[in-house]
Amino acid sequence: MMSIPCPWCGPRDEIEFHYGGQAGVAYPQDPHTLTDEDWAQFLFFRDNPRGAFGERWLHAAGCRRWFSLRRDTVTNRILDRHDTRTVGQ
Amino acid sequence: MAEIRGESPLAPRAKLLAEASVPDVLELGEIPFLTQVALRLDPEGAEAARVGAALGAPLPLAPGTSVVAGDLLVLWMGPDEWLVMGEQGRAPEVVSALTRSLEGEHGAVVDVSGQRTTLEVAGPRAEEFLNKGCPLDLHPFSFGPGRCAQTLLARTEVALLRRHGTTPVFWVLVRSSFARHLAGWAADAAAEYGARDTLA
Ligand SMILES: [Zn+2]
Repeated sequence: MMSIPCPWCGPRDEIEFHYGGQAGVAYPQDPHTLTDEDWAQFLFFRDNPRGAFGERWLHAAGCRRWFSLRRDTVTNRILDRHDTRTVGQ
Repeated sequence: MAEIRGESPLAPRAKLLAEASVPDVLELGEIPFLTQVALRLDPEGAEAARVGAALGAPLPLAPGTSVVAGDLLVLWMGPDEWLVMGEQGRAPEVVSALTRSLEGEHGAVVDVSGQRTTLEVAGPRAEEFLNKGCPLDLHPFSFGPGRCAQTLLARTEVALLRRHGTTPVFWVLVRSSFARHLAGWAADAAAEYGARDTLA
Protein backbone atom coordinates (compact mmCIF):
# COMPACT_ATOMS: atom_id res chain seq x y z
CA MET A 1 0.00 0.00 0.00
CA MET A 2 1.41 3.38 -1.01
CA SER A 3 0.86 6.49 1.06
CA ILE A 4 0.07 9.25 -1.42
CA PRO A 5 0.35 12.92 -0.43
CA CYS A 6 -2.80 14.76 -1.51
CA PRO A 7 -1.81 18.43 -1.79
CA TRP A 8 -4.99 19.32 0.10
CA CYS A 9 -5.66 16.49 2.56
CA GLY A 10 -2.13 15.31 3.26
CA PRO A 11 -0.93 11.71 3.13
CA ARG A 12 -3.66 9.14 2.60
CA ASP A 13 -3.73 5.46 1.73
CA GLU A 14 -3.58 4.50 -1.92
CA ILE A 15 -7.09 2.99 -1.84
CA GLU A 16 -8.55 6.51 -1.62
CA PHE A 17 -7.11 7.43 -5.03
CA HIS A 18 -7.66 6.76 -8.71
CA TYR A 19 -4.70 6.69 -11.05
CA GLY A 20 -4.78 9.11 -13.96
CA GLY A 21 -1.75 8.10 -16.00
CA GLN A 22 1.02 10.26 -17.37
CA ALA A 23 0.96 13.93 -16.41
CA GLY A 24 1.38 16.76 -18.89
CA VAL A 25 -0.33 15.14 -21.89
CA ALA A 26 -1.93 18.18 -23.50
CA TYR A 27 -5.15 17.91 -25.50
CA PRO A 28 -4.34 18.69 -29.16
CA GLN A 29 -4.79 22.36 -30.00
CA ASP A 30 -6.76 21.60 -33.15
CA PRO A 31 -7.86 17.95 -33.19
CA HIS A 32 -9.29 18.23 -36.73
CA THR A 33 -5.87 18.78 -38.24
CA LEU A 34 -4.42 15.62 -36.71
CA THR A 35 -3.59 12.57 -38.79
CA ASP A 36 -4.89 9.24 -37.56
CA GLU A 37 -1.36 8.44 -36.47
CA ASP A 38 -1.06 11.67 -34.46
CA TRP A 39 -4.44 11.04 -32.87
CA ALA A 40 -3.43 7.50 -31.94
CA GLN A 41 -0.22 8.88 -30.43
CA PHE A 42 -2.23 11.29 -28.30
CA LEU A 43 -4.79 8.70 -27.23
CA PHE A 44 -2.80 5.55 -26.68
CA PHE A 45 0.94 6.17 -26.41
CA ARG A 46 2.49 6.99 -23.05
CA ASP A 47 5.97 7.00 -21.61
CA ASN A 48 6.83 4.02 -19.47
CA PRO A 49 10.07 4.95 -17.76
CA ARG A 50 12.03 2.94 -15.26
CA GLY A 51 12.46 5.56 -12.56
CA ALA A 52 10.97 9.02 -12.19
CA PHE A 53 7.55 9.41 -13.80
CA GLY A 54 5.21 12.41 -13.61
CA GLU A 55 1.64 11.23 -13.18
CA ARG A 56 -1.90 12.32 -12.38
CA TRP A 57 -3.86 11.16 -9.36
CA LEU A 58 -7.43 11.80 -8.25
CA HIS A 59 -8.23 11.86 -4.54
CA ALA A 60 -11.48 10.06 -5.28
CA ALA A 61 -12.60 9.17 -1.76
CA GLY A 62 -11.41 12.46 -0.30
CA CYS A 63 -11.48 16.00 -1.67
CA ARG A 64 -12.05 14.69 -5.24
CA ARG A 65 -9.28 16.87 -6.70
CA TRP A 66 -6.81 15.95 -9.42
CA PHE A 67 -3.14 16.65 -8.82
CA SER A 68 0.24 15.65 -10.19
CA LEU A 69 3.27 14.14 -8.59
CA ARG A 70 6.48 12.37 -9.59
CA ARG A 71 6.91 8.79 -8.50
CA ASP A 72 9.86 6.44 -8.89
CA THR A 73 8.35 3.48 -10.72
CA VAL A 74 10.99 1.14 -9.31
CA THR A 75 10.72 1.98 -5.62
CA ASN A 76 7.26 3.62 -5.55
CA ARG A 77 8.87 6.49 -3.67
CA ILE A 78 7.07 9.81 -4.18
CA LEU A 79 9.77 12.18 -5.42
CA ASP A 80 7.92 15.49 -5.47
CA ARG A 81 4.61 17.13 -6.19
CA HIS A 82 4.27 19.77 -8.83
CA ASP A 83 1.34 22.11 -9.62
CA THR A 84 0.29 21.29 -6.08
CA ARG A 85 -2.86 23.25 -5.38
CA THR A 86 -5.12 24.16 -8.26
CA VAL A 87 -8.75 25.15 -7.78
CA GLY A 88 -11.38 24.37 -10.35
CA GLN A 89 -9.59 21.64 -12.29
CA MET B 1 -53.47 4.70 -3.65
CA ALA B 2 -50.74 3.68 -1.24
CA GLU B 3 -49.86 6.17 1.42
CA ILE B 4 -46.40 7.68 0.97
CA ARG B 5 -44.30 6.91 4.01
CA GLY B 6 -40.89 8.35 4.69
CA GLU B 7 -38.28 6.94 6.98
CA SER B 8 -34.62 7.70 7.51
CA PRO B 9 -31.99 5.41 5.93
CA LEU B 10 -31.06 3.84 9.28
CA ALA B 11 -34.57 3.55 10.74
CA PRO B 12 -34.54 -0.19 9.92
CA ARG B 13 -31.26 -0.50 11.89
CA ALA B 14 -32.17 1.63 14.92
CA LYS B 15 -32.64 -1.43 17.11
CA LEU B 16 -29.39 -3.00 15.92
CA LEU B 17 -27.43 0.18 16.71
CA ALA B 18 -29.09 0.57 20.10
CA GLU B 19 -28.29 -3.02 21.00
CA ALA B 20 -24.68 -2.63 19.85
CA SER B 21 -24.25 0.44 22.05
CA VAL B 22 -22.60 0.19 25.46
CA PRO B 23 -23.44 3.11 27.75
CA ASP B 24 -20.42 5.26 28.64
CA VAL B 25 -18.19 3.14 26.39
CA LEU B 26 -19.45 3.37 22.82
CA GLU B 27 -22.82 4.68 21.76
CA LEU B 28 -24.12 4.42 18.22
CA GLY B 29 -27.19 6.04 16.76
CA GLU B 30 -28.56 7.77 13.72
CA ILE B 31 -29.24 11.49 13.65
CA PRO B 32 -31.73 11.51 10.80
CA PHE B 33 -32.67 14.21 8.31
CA LEU B 34 -30.04 16.82 9.16
CA THR B 35 -29.99 19.73 6.75
CA GLN B 36 -27.10 19.48 4.32
CA VAL B 37 -26.43 22.08 1.65
CA ALA B 38 -23.55 21.73 -0.79
CA LEU B 39 -21.83 25.01 -1.56
CA ARG B 40 -19.29 25.62 -4.31
CA LEU B 41 -17.69 28.92 -5.17
CA ASP B 42 -14.35 30.63 -5.79
CA PRO B 43 -12.75 30.88 -2.33
CA GLU B 44 -10.89 34.03 -3.38
CA GLY B 45 -13.86 35.87 -4.85
CA ALA B 46 -15.93 38.57 -3.16
CA GLU B 47 -18.82 36.10 -3.02
CA ALA B 48 -16.86 34.00 -0.50
CA ALA B 49 -16.74 36.97 1.85
CA ARG B 50 -20.43 37.71 1.27
CA VAL B 51 -21.36 34.10 2.05
CA GLY B 52 -19.21 34.25 5.18
CA ALA B 53 -20.98 37.43 6.28
CA ALA B 54 -24.38 35.86 5.64
CA LEU B 55 -23.44 32.77 7.65
CA GLY B 56 -21.90 34.83 10.43
CA ALA B 57 -18.51 33.09 10.16
CA PRO B 58 -15.91 33.02 7.39
CA LEU B 59 -15.84 29.88 5.26
CA PRO B 60 -13.16 27.47 6.53
CA LEU B 61 -10.31 27.55 4.00
CA ALA B 62 -7.91 25.10 5.65
CA PRO B 63 -8.35 21.50 4.47
CA GLY B 64 -10.14 19.27 6.94
CA THR B 65 -11.54 22.02 9.14
CA SER B 66 -15.05 23.17 10.01
CA VAL B 67 -16.54 26.25 11.59
CA VAL B 68 -19.59 26.79 13.74
CA ALA B 69 -21.75 29.57 12.31
CA GLY B 70 -24.57 30.22 14.74
CA ASP B 71 -26.68 27.06 14.69
CA LEU B 72 -25.13 25.97 11.40
CA LEU B 73 -21.97 23.99 10.81
CA VAL B 74 -19.73 24.50 7.77
CA LEU B 75 -17.41 21.68 6.73
CA TRP B 76 -14.49 22.01 4.30
CA MET B 77 -15.07 19.43 1.56
CA GLY B 78 -12.57 20.70 -1.01
CA PRO B 79 -10.73 23.89 -1.98
CA ASP B 80 -13.90 25.33 -3.54
CA GLU B 81 -16.50 23.18 -1.83
CA TRP B 82 -18.23 23.18 1.56
CA LEU B 83 -21.08 21.37 3.27
CA VAL B 84 -23.40 23.53 5.36
CA MET B 85 -25.22 21.50 8.01
CA GLY B 86 -28.05 22.30 10.36
CA GLU B 87 -31.12 20.96 12.08
CA GLN B 88 -33.81 19.20 10.10
CA GLY B 89 -35.89 21.48 7.90
CA ARG B 90 -33.45 24.36 7.52
CA ALA B 91 -32.53 23.63 3.90
CA PRO B 92 -34.93 26.00 2.06
CA GLU B 93 -33.89 28.94 4.21
CA VAL B 94 -30.16 28.14 4.00
CA VAL B 95 -30.33 27.60 0.23
CA SER B 96 -32.03 30.92 -0.35
CA ALA B 97 -29.65 32.83 1.95
CA LEU B 98 -26.56 31.34 0.27
CA THR B 99 -27.97 31.82 -3.22
CA ARG B 100 -28.71 35.46 -2.41
CA SER B 101 -25.12 35.94 -1.20
CA LEU B 102 -23.71 34.60 -4.46
CA GLU B 103 -25.36 37.57 -6.22
CA GLY B 104 -25.23 35.77 -9.54
CA GLU B 105 -21.51 34.94 -9.36
CA HIS B 106 -20.40 31.54 -10.62
CA GLY B 107 -21.15 28.98 -7.94
CA ALA B 108 -23.56 26.30 -6.79
CA VAL B 109 -25.91 25.92 -3.85
CA VAL B 110 -27.69 22.59 -3.72
CA ASP B 111 -29.85 20.96 -1.06
CA VAL B 112 -28.24 17.52 -0.63
CA SER B 113 -29.92 16.64 2.66
CA GLY B 114 -31.16 13.35 1.22
CA GLN B 115 -27.72 12.30 0.00
CA ARG B 116 -26.30 11.24 3.34
CA THR B 117 -27.50 10.36 6.79
CA THR B 118 -25.54 10.86 10.00
CA LEU B 119 -24.31 8.09 12.26
CA GLU B 120 -23.20 9.41 15.62
CA VAL B 121 -20.38 7.52 17.33
CA ALA B 122 -19.79 8.64 20.89
CA GLY B 123 -17.82 7.53 23.91
CA PRO B 124 -14.26 6.92 25.07
CA ARG B 125 -13.85 4.00 22.64
CA ALA B 126 -15.01 6.01 19.60
CA GLU B 127 -11.56 6.54 18.04
CA GLU B 128 -10.51 2.94 18.54
CA PHE B 129 -13.82 1.74 17.09
CA LEU B 130 -13.57 3.95 13.99
CA ASN B 131 -9.95 2.94 13.43
CA LYS B 132 -11.08 -0.63 12.87
CA GLY B 133 -12.28 0.53 9.47
CA CYS B 134 -10.43 3.76 8.86
CA PRO B 135 -6.67 4.35 8.90
CA LEU B 136 -6.75 8.08 9.70
CA ASP B 137 -5.02 9.16 12.88
CA LEU B 138 -8.03 10.17 14.99
CA HIS B 139 -6.09 11.06 18.13
CA PRO B 140 -7.24 14.51 19.33
CA PHE B 141 -3.70 15.85 18.76
CA SER B 142 -4.11 15.35 15.00
CA PHE B 143 -7.90 15.18 14.68
CA GLY B 144 -9.27 17.48 17.33
CA PRO B 145 -12.72 19.02 17.81
CA GLY B 146 -14.04 20.55 14.61
CA ARG B 147 -11.71 18.55 12.36
CA CYS B 148 -13.36 16.81 9.42
CA ALA B 149 -12.21 14.51 6.64
CA GLN B 150 -13.62 12.70 3.70
CA THR B 151 -12.22 9.22 3.71
CA LEU B 152 -13.11 5.53 3.65
CA LEU B 153 -14.71 3.74 6.59
CA ALA B 154 -15.31 0.03 6.10
CA ARG B 155 -14.64 0.63 2.37
CA THR B 156 -17.47 3.14 2.24
CA GLU B 157 -17.02 6.81 1.38
CA VAL B 158 -17.81 8.91 4.42
CA ALA B 159 -17.26 12.36 5.82
CA LEU B 160 -16.00 12.24 9.40
CA LEU B 161 -16.39 15.10 11.84
CA ARG B 162 -15.20 15.32 15.43
CA ARG B 163 -17.70 17.31 17.44
CA HIS B 164 -16.77 19.81 20.11
CA GLY B 165 -17.09 18.52 23.66
CA THR B 166 -15.29 16.80 26.46
CA THR B 167 -16.03 13.19 25.51
CA PRO B 168 -15.25 11.96 21.99
CA VAL B 169 -18.22 12.34 19.65
CA PHE B 170 -17.92 11.77 15.92
CA TRP B 171 -20.42 12.26 13.17
CA VAL B 172 -20.09 9.84 10.28
CA LEU B 173 -21.89 11.19 7.22
CA VAL B 174 -22.64 8.23 4.99
CA ARG B 175 -24.49 8.02 1.69
CA SER B 176 -28.03 6.84 2.28
CA SER B 177 -27.67 3.71 0.15
CA PHE B 178 -24.52 2.65 2.05
CA ALA B 179 -25.87 3.43 5.50
CA ARG B 180 -27.24 -0.01 6.29
CA HIS B 181 -23.98 -1.64 5.22
CA LEU B 182 -22.14 0.69 7.59
CA ALA B 183 -24.59 0.00 10.41
CA GLY B 184 -24.03 -3.73 9.97
CA TRP B 185 -20.27 -3.23 10.06
CA ALA B 186 -20.60 -0.96 13.10
CA ALA B 187 -22.65 -3.46 15.07
CA ASP B 188 -20.09 -6.16 14.31
CA ALA B 189 -17.13 -3.90 15.16
CA ALA B 190 -18.80 -2.85 18.43
CA ALA B 191 -19.48 -6.40 19.55
CA GLU B 192 -16.30 -6.73 21.62
CA TYR B 193 -17.29 -3.78 23.82
CA GLY B 194 -20.66 -5.16 24.84
CA ALA B 195 -22.19 -8.12 26.54
CA ARG B 196 -24.16 -9.04 23.47
CA ASP B 197 -22.60 -11.08 20.66
CA THR B 198 -24.19 -9.51 17.61
CA LEU B 199 -23.20 -12.42 15.41
CA ALA B 200 -24.96 -14.98 17.58
ZN1 LIG C 1 -7.52 15.31 -1.01
